[in-house]
Amino acid sequence: MRDIKIEVKDLSLYYGDKKALKEISMQIPANKVTALIGPSGCGKSTFLRCINRMNDLIPSVKITGEMLVEGVDIYNKDVDVVNIRKKIGMVFQKSNPFPKSIYENIAYGPKINGIKDKAQLNEIVETSLRQAAIWDELKDRLDDSAMGLSGGQQQRLCIARTLAVSPDIILMDEPASALDPISTSKIEELVHELKEQYTIIIVTHNMQQAARTSDYTAFFYLGELIEIGKTNTIFTKPEQKQTEDYITGRFG
Amino acid sequence: MNSPLPSKQIFTKESLKKQFRLSEFLAEKVISFVAFLSIAIIFLIFIFVFKESMPLFSFGKKDKVKTEIQTTSDVKVESYEGAETSTEEIQPETYGAPTEDLNPVTQETQTSEELEPDTYGAPTEDLNPETATGKEVIIDEKATENKEGADRTWSTFFSTEWVPVSDNPRFGLLALLVGTLKVTIIAILIAGPLAILAAVYTSCFASNRRKEIIKPIIEMLAAFPSVVIGFFAMMVLATFFQDIFGYDSRLNAFIGGVAMALAAIPIIYTISEDALSAVPKTFTEASLALGASKAQTAFFVILPAATPGIFAAILLGIGRVFGETMIALMATGNAALLSANPFESVRTFAATIGSEMAETVFGETHYSVLFFIGSLLFIFSFILNAVAEFYVKGKLIKKFQGK
Amino acid sequence: MEKAISVSENPFYKTKKTGGNIKENAVVGLTQIAVLLIIAILFIILGIIIYQGREKFSWEFISSFPTDGMTKGGIFPALIGTFILVIVMSIAAVPFGTITAIYLTEYAKENSKFAAAVRFSIRTLAVVPSIIFGLFGLGFFIQFVGTGMDSAFNDGELHWGQPNILWASLTMALLTLPVIIVSVEESLKTIPRELREASLALGATKWQTIKKVVFPGSISGIMTGTILAVSRGAGEVAPILFTGAAYYLATLPESLSDQFMNLGYHVYIMSTQSSDVEKTMPIQFATTLVLLILTLSLNLVAVIIRSRIRRRAK
Repeated sequence: MRDIKIEVKDLSLYYGDKKALKEISMQIPANKVTALIGPSGCGKSTFLRCINRMNDLIPSVKITGEMLVEGVDIYNKDVDVVNIRKKIGMVFQKSNPFPKSIYENIAYGPKINGIKDKAQLNEIVETSLRQAAIWDELKDRLDDSAMGLSGGQQQRLCIARTLAVSPDIILMDEPASALDPISTSKIEELVHELKEQYTIIIVTHNMQQAARTSDYTAFFYLGELIEIGKTNTIFTKPEQKQTEDYITGRFG
Repeated sequence: MNSPLPSKQIFTKESLKKQFRLSEFLAEKVISFVAFLSIAIIFLIFIFVFKESMPLFSFGKKDKVKTEIQTTSDVKVESYEGAETSTEEIQPETYGAPTEDLNPVTQETQTSEELEPDTYGAPTEDLNPETATGKEVIIDEKATENKEGADRTWSTFFSTEWVPVSDNPRFGLLALLVGTLKVTIIAILIAGPLAILAAVYTSCFASNRRKEIIKPIIEMLAAFPSVVIGFFAMMVLATFFQDIFGYDSRLNAFIGGVAMALAAIPIIYTISEDALSAVPKTFTEASLALGASKAQTAFFVILPAATPGIFAAILLGIGRVFGETMIALMATGNAALLSANPFESVRTFAATIGSEMAETVFGETHYSVLFFIGSLLFIFSFILNAVAEFYVKGKLIKKFQGK
Repeated sequence: MEKAISVSENPFYKTKKTGGNIKENAVVGLTQIAVLLIIAILFIILGIIIYQGREKFSWEFISSFPTDGMTKGGIFPALIGTFILVIVMSIAAVPFGTITAIYLTEYAKENSKFAAAVRFSIRTLAVVPSIIFGLFGLGFFIQFVGTGMDSAFNDGELHWGQPNILWASLTMALLTLPVIIVSVEESLKTIPRELREASLALGATKWQTIKKVVFPGSISGIMTGTILAVSRGAGEVAPILFTGAAYYLATLPESLSDQFMNLGYHVYIMSTQSSDVEKTMPIQFATTLVLLILTLSLNLVAVIIRSRIRRRAK
C-alpha cells in the first residue's frame, strides 16, 4: 500500500472500564475507499469516530495509542480538535440536516470558517451540491427547508454540506442504512466519484455495498481488527477463518 | 473536476496546532460564571436576610462587630422609653439618614471599647439626638443599653405574647410558631390525602385520554396567584364555613389551612404523580400477573414503591404552606393567640413579616426580629429541600437498584 | 386480602358483584372523588370570581384611574404597574436563566460537583418562600445596593435606597429564575444530539454550535419559560410588599426609581385595608378577575407551546 493517509498504531478505546477497541493497528491509503465491516457492536463505528475525534464528546471515553494522519498524531495534546474536524469530515448514519434552508445548510460550514462574501458562498453552495450530484434536483428550491427533503436527498445534502468545508478525508457511518435501494445506489455512485479527490472511509453492515464501493476492506470483530486488505482479496481469499465465516454468512 | 474550493489543506503540525479562541474561552467563562451566580444568590439571600437580624445576636459578647444598625435601633428603643411624643421626631430622622447608618464600623468600635460599665445606668432624659456633641455619648450609652435590650428581646422569644409595638415590646415567637404549625398541619391534612389520591387515580387508574385532561387542569391550580386564593378564602370560604360550623372568628386557622391546601395540592399532586409514574412497569406487571387487582397493585405495590417520592412531595408541600404569605395574611385572622382551637384566629411567621415589615423602622429591634424570623423560614425551607433531595434520592436508588 | 373465588366451570369467569370487587370499586372510586373534588373546587373558584367580577368588569374599569379614595373607578395604574414590573423582571431574568440552562445542558460535565451545586441552588431557589425574596430585596437591593448607590452618586441623598419598581422587578426576577431555567433546559434537551454532532463534525467550535444550532432550537423553550415567569411574576405579591408596591399613586411611574401600583397588591389592600370593604366588593372581585385572566391565559399559552415542544421530542 503506497500513499498512506492514516496510520493507526495500537489504538485502544475504553468506555469507562470496558475496552471497546483493542490495539488496532492499520494503514489507510489516500484517495481510496476503505470499507469497515463487521457485525454490529464490533467497534467499527467507534473506530470511525476516533478518526475525527468525535468520541471526545463522550466524557467516559479514554483512548490510548496513536492515530497518525499524514504523520501527525491527532491525539497529541498540541493538536486542535476543531481543526482536525475541518479536515476530516463526517457523514452520519441518520441524515441530520439543520432545521434551516438548503442553502443555509451548505453555507453553515464555510460561514463558521469566516467566509462572508455572498458570491463566494453562492459558488461554494453550487459546487458542493454539484459534487454531491444533487444540484439539478435542488437548484430551484435552495431557500426551502431542508427538513422537507426525502431521506435520500437529505443524506446527499449532508454529504454536500461536508464537502463544502473542503475536507481531505470523509468518514461515512453507514450512510445508506436508512435509505431505499435507489437512493442507496445514488450514494454509492457518489462515493465512487468522490474518491478521486478525497480519502473515504465508510462503515457498512452491508457486504455487497462494501464489495461494490470499496478498494480496501477491514474486518472488525469484538473490538479487534481481524484483517485488512484489498477488497477483492478479502472477499475471495480471506486469510482469517473468522473473516471467511462472516463473509460467507456463517455468523453476524 | 475543476474545483473552485480553496486548495486542499495538508495535515501538518502547524496547521493543526492548538489554537486559542478568545470568544470560545470567554463564552465558557461567562456562562460558567452566570451559572455560579445561582449558587451565589442562595448564599446572598441567607447572608443578607441574616445580616439584618444580626443586632439580635450582639448580647452578652464583648465583641467589636457592632454595626451602626444597632445604634439606630437604640435611638428607636430609646424613643419608646422616653417621652412618647418624641417618637415622631426621631423616626423621620433615622429614616432620612441611612447613609450615616452604613458608615464604617471603626468609629463605633472605638466607642464601644471606651465604654465603662458605669455608663450603664446613666440617666438618658437629657440626651438630645439633635446636638452633635450629645450624639456620641448617646451612641456609647445605647450600645450598652442595646446589649441588655438584645438580652431582653431573646428572653421574650419564648413568651406567648407577640406585642412588637409597645413601651415594653415582647416578641413571643412561640405564639407565632404554634399558629404557623396549626395552619400547616390543617393544610397538609387536607391537601396531602386529596392530592395523593388524585395522583394515584391519574397514574394508576385513568386512561391515557383522561390523564391528558386531568393533569393540566390540576396543574392549572398552581397558576392561581396566592393572593387570589387568599381573597377567595376570605370572601367566600370564610362565610361558607362559618355558616356550617358557627364559630366566632370568621377568619381563623382552619380557613387559612383550607386555603393553603389549595396552594399545596398542585405541588403535592405533581410530584407524587411523577413518583408514581416512575415506578418501573415491571413491578406493576409482576403484580397483575400474580392475580392482584388493579387497586391492590396500586396500593400494595406502586404506592409503597413510590413512598420516597411522595414523602418528598409532602415535604415540599409543607415548605410551600409554611412560607406562604398572602393567604396567611388574608385568611387566618392575623391574631397571635396561643390556643389549640383550630377555629381561633392565628398569625403565622410569614404573615407577621408581611404585615409588619412596612411599619418598622430600619434598624430597630422589631425590624431585626422580623428578619430573624425570615432567616428561620429560609433555613427551614432550605433543610426541607435538602432532605427531599438527598434523602429521598438515596432511598429511591436503594429501592430500585438494590444498592 | 381475601380472594374472591368464583365457583364456576369457567375458571376465567368474571367475578362480578363479589366482596373483592366492591372493595376494588370503592378504592378506585375514592381516588376518582379526590380528582373530581379538586377539579370542582378549581371551577368553583373560577366561577364565583367570574360571576362576582363580571358586573364591574369592563373596558372602562381596565382603562381608568381609581377615584374617590379607591372606592370607585378602575385599575389602570395597577395594570400598568404590573406590566412594567414583569417587563423589567423578564429583561433581568430571561438572559440569566437562559445562560444558566445552557451551562447545565451544554457545559456541565456529568458528575461535576459544581453542576450539582448549581442544580441544587436552583431547586432551593424554587422552594424558598416568596416573602424571603421580599426580605432579601429589602436587605440587599434597597439597604445595600440602593443606599450604596446613593452614597456613591447622590451624596447620600435618598433616591435609590428606598422601595421602587427596579428593586421590586429584580426581586421578582430572582423568584422566577427557576421557572425560566427549567423551561429552557427542557427544550434544550429536546434538541437532538445528531445536530450538535453535525455541527461539530463540520469544524464548528462548541460556542459556534451553541450559537447557531442549539440556541435557535431553544427559542420556544425560552418563550415558554418567559411566559410562565411573567404569569408567576404578575401574580406574586409577597416579594413586592416592601420592595416597591404602593397603596395608591395618582400618576403612573415615570422612572425605575418610582414606586408602582400592582394588581395583586391592589386586591390585597382593597380587601384588607380599604375604608369600606363591603362597598368596594365588586371592584375587588373585578380586579381579581383581571388578575386571574392575565395569569391563567398566560399559563395556557405556555402549556400549549410546551406540549408542542414535547411532541417534537418524541
